[in-house]
Amino acid sequence: MSAVPISWYLVLSAILFGLGVVAFVFKRNIITIFMSIELMLNAVNLAFVAFARARGDLDGLVFVFFVIVVAAAEAAVGLAIVIMLAQNRQSLNVERVSLLKL
Amino acid sequence: MNIAIIMFFACALLSVAGAMLLILAREPIHSALALILVMMAVAVLYLLLGAPFIAAVQIIVYAGAIMVLFVFVIMLLNAGVEERTDFSRIAKFGGVPLGFLLLLEIAHSLYHSPVGKAIANGAGSSNDAADTAKLSEMLFRQYLFPFEATSILILIAILGALVLARKES
Amino acid sequence: MPLLNHLWIVLALPLAGAAINGLFGKRWAQSAVNSVAVGSVVLSFLAAAETVREFCHLAANQIPFIGNYFTWMVGGEATPHPFRVDFALQVDQLTVVMLLVVTFVGMLIHIYSTGYMAQEGGYYRFFSYLNLFMFFMLTLVMAANLIVMFVGWEGVGLCSYLLIGFWFLKKSAADAGKKAFIVTRIGDFGFTVGILLVFATFGTVAFSEIFSQVAEKPVNILTTICLLLFAGAIGKSAQLPLYVWLPDAMEGPTPVSALIHAATMVTAGVYMVARMSPLFSRAPIAMLVVAIVGAVTAFYSATIGLVQTDIKKVLAYSTVSQLGYMFLACGVGAYTAGIFHLMTHAFFKGLLFLAAGSVIHAMGGEQDMTKMGGLREKIPATYWTMFIATLAIAGIPGFAGFFSKDAILEAAKDGPYANLWLWLLGVVGAGLTSFYMFRLVFLTFFGKPRYDEHKVHVHESPKKMTIPLMVLAFLSIFGGWFAAPKLVGGIDYFEKFLAPVFSASAPTSDAITAAATDTTASPAMDLLHALTGWPVIVGILGLLVAWWFYVKSPDIPKRMAQSVRGLYTLLFNKYYVDEIYAALIVRPLLWISTNVLWHVVDEGLVDGTVNATATIARDSGGQARKIQSGNTRSYAAWVILGAVGFTALLFGLLGVAN
Repeated sequence: MSAVPISWYLVLSAILFGLGVVAFVFKRNIITIFMSIELMLNAVNLAFVAFARARGDLDGLVFVFFVIVVAAAEAAVGLAIVIMLAQNRQSLNVERVSLLKL
Repeated sequence: MNIAIIMFFACALLSVAGAMLLILAREPIHSALALILVMMAVAVLYLLLGAPFIAAVQIIVYAGAIMVLFVFVIMLLNAGVEERTDFSRIAKFGGVPLGFLLLLEIAHSLYHSPVGKAIANGAGSSNDAADTAKLSEMLFRQYLFPFEATSILILIAILGALVLARKES
Repeated sequence: MPLLNHLWIVLALPLAGAAINGLFGKRWAQSAVNSVAVGSVVLSFLAAAETVREFCHLAANQIPFIGNYFTWMVGGEATPHPFRVDFALQVDQLTVVMLLVVTFVGMLIHIYSTGYMAQEGGYYRFFSYLNLFMFFMLTLVMAANLIVMFVGWEGVGLCSYLLIGFWFLKKSAADAGKKAFIVTRIGDFGFTVGILLVFATFGTVAFSEIFSQVAEKPVNILTTICLLLFAGAIGKSAQLPLYVWLPDAMEGPTPVSALIHAATMVTAGVYMVARMSPLFSRAPIAMLVVAIVGAVTAFYSATIGLVQTDIKKVLAYSTVSQLGYMFLACGVGAYTAGIFHLMTHAFFKGLLFLAAGSVIHAMGGEQDMTKMGGLREKIPATYWTMFIATLAIAGIPGFAGFFSKDAILEAAKDGPYANLWLWLLGVVGAGLTSFYMFRLVFLTFFGKPRYDEHKVHVHESPKKMTIPLMVLAFLSIFGGWFAAPKLVGGIDYFEKFLAPVFSASAPTSDAITAAATDTTASPAMDLLHALTGWPVIVGILGLLVAWWFYVKSPDIPKRMAQSVRGLYTLLFNKYYVDEIYAALIVRPLLWISTNVLWHVVDEGLVDGTVNATATIARDSGGQARKIQSGNTRSYAAWVILGAVGFTALLFGLLGVAN
């Protein structure tokens, strides 16, 4: 197999990350925002794996492992908060959650 | 033109398409499904990069558990309410350019980094078993402490989710 | 030689008295306060006398005797001319004269005050201040360098302020105290700059070191230094144009006027000029300025004194006038004559003030001469002592003032720096002095009483007050004899005694040797010459005119006043100098202070800066808090902005991975 240059993977990772940022900024639904965070994490994972491949050792993969685990934990707790918020405010619109205003 | 490059472009296109769908979808459930598509594509990419274990973990844990959780919550909260992305002025004129800027920066720096210039040799020089064995060895030797710590982290997350989502009785 | 090695004892005694009375005297009986205050001054006088006795045993090369007690301040040790000020006291012939005058007259006035101030409140405070004044005055005369002298200089100014405003609840007294301090401050500024220039020129402030270097320094620098130092003397010794505080200083108690504003503090300027005589002698222009200021002040002040009606004000203007004579003497190189006049002036002016106090005491507080009269038989002791003092000040032969005033005018006419115009001013001034002093005596003690005899019970003062009067009267007569200059047949002891101090002033010593080798005239001819000289003539003339105006035909003054109404009003209102100063200087300064310094600088700049800082802090905080909008999406946008920036920093600026 001839190779795909690692840099292409990195560029793809960058594109996905950028799209994740755009989604994070523009969407109003909390859950959608959460999902954009997961998209960003995926992009980062891709970069890690690409680097692991380029360096020839497995440290990147270990890191990806941990990222996935932490993402799971975060999703669990975050969605619990979202549920509470939705029950409290009867809306999933992030602009309604503005009590932290100074 | 070989199979690797074709596969790569296919998966790349799929993942980008999924991401665009995530942004443009009007209902959250559509965004969730788009995200699942992205994850699948990325999993295939992991395979291409010679990390089968991670690809499996991605599908089982990420797409299979986390995304399912998301879908459950969406359905629980009946988040099918139509909502339109409100491109506020600041967002339009500030956010989009910023996002692109970030994108370009990262791409540029990655592209010109020494590692990025390395050519992935397709000869993975890894057979699956040894690969996974080595990975697990690293997990349980060098990275034992983070491993155990993340176990506790998951436990705390479970407890937290339980406490948070419990209805006041 | 115990006391010479511990010169500081002379200073410490009054200081201790001041401290004890000041801290503890409030609850003590008057007799306790008296014993501390008077006792400390008496002891100080005895210590001074002992110092003088020991001094007379010193060999010529040990003079001036300097006692260096501790190094007060040192700056710039590494430089070639460090600024070193030691607390050093010195004794030479000039110091001896001043020491004896200050302590002796001070002692008499302390004793007098125990009687005069007996009914006053704040008794302990008065004596505390008076003792403090003695301490500072002694520091001034015994200082061995300019800085320690300046300490004494400022200290006596402070005590003058405290004592003039002794009855501080009375507005005019408080104002007079402030006026004295502020006006002398103007002169002190010149003095300070002079000291700085001395240090810059000579690299030292100690007298002996300065005098040893005088010959090498350029004349124009010396002239500038002398003029600056003289500016301080103008303020402190109440010469033109800074004399305006002295008449107002009469608001203070009469013993204060006697001690500070007649005998000692105001003579500090004369002492300083005499002390710095080596510098002045090398700067003829400065000497001329001193002489002119002195002569003009003498004449000017005498004219004002002609028509004043307050007994103390007449004496105040008389003091200004006599100080002018002392400066005239220094200005024409006759330093010895100036110091001699300082000494005799301390005696007779002190006596005049104390006697005036006695009169005021007898009249129950009345100070206006037009409301007195015919007191001669009622208070004889006061009358006779005052009369003797007046004879002295008028320069009537035989009394102390005659010798000193004659010496000054002689030097002005014939001395090496002689100037006929100045001599003329001096002679006319002497005539006016005689006139207004006898006017004072005649108005107060002669004629019919112009007061209600039933309301005022005139009584003689107690012994505590009259005995010092008599002692001073004795000195006013005989105090001049031992120092009478040769030309009036005296033994010239004073001149010879002070000669080593003023030997650097070459011309004067030439005149002395010239006079000494002049064998053509005999002592008797000298005496006759002196007795028929102009000063004596105008002195007697003044006495006669005053007799005619105020005893023989008392309505002449009134008619004269009517006929020269304008001139009379001008003189009576002191040439309106106070009003002119108020309009030209005080009011513009007040305007600048209020409108520029207060409103613009203080309120605008200082307050403005502080307020602006607060406003900036508050407003920027107000702007900054808009980031916390509560809008999650804007938070997200800020997060991304930060990420972009940080990435740029990492990759762009820090060059990571490039």
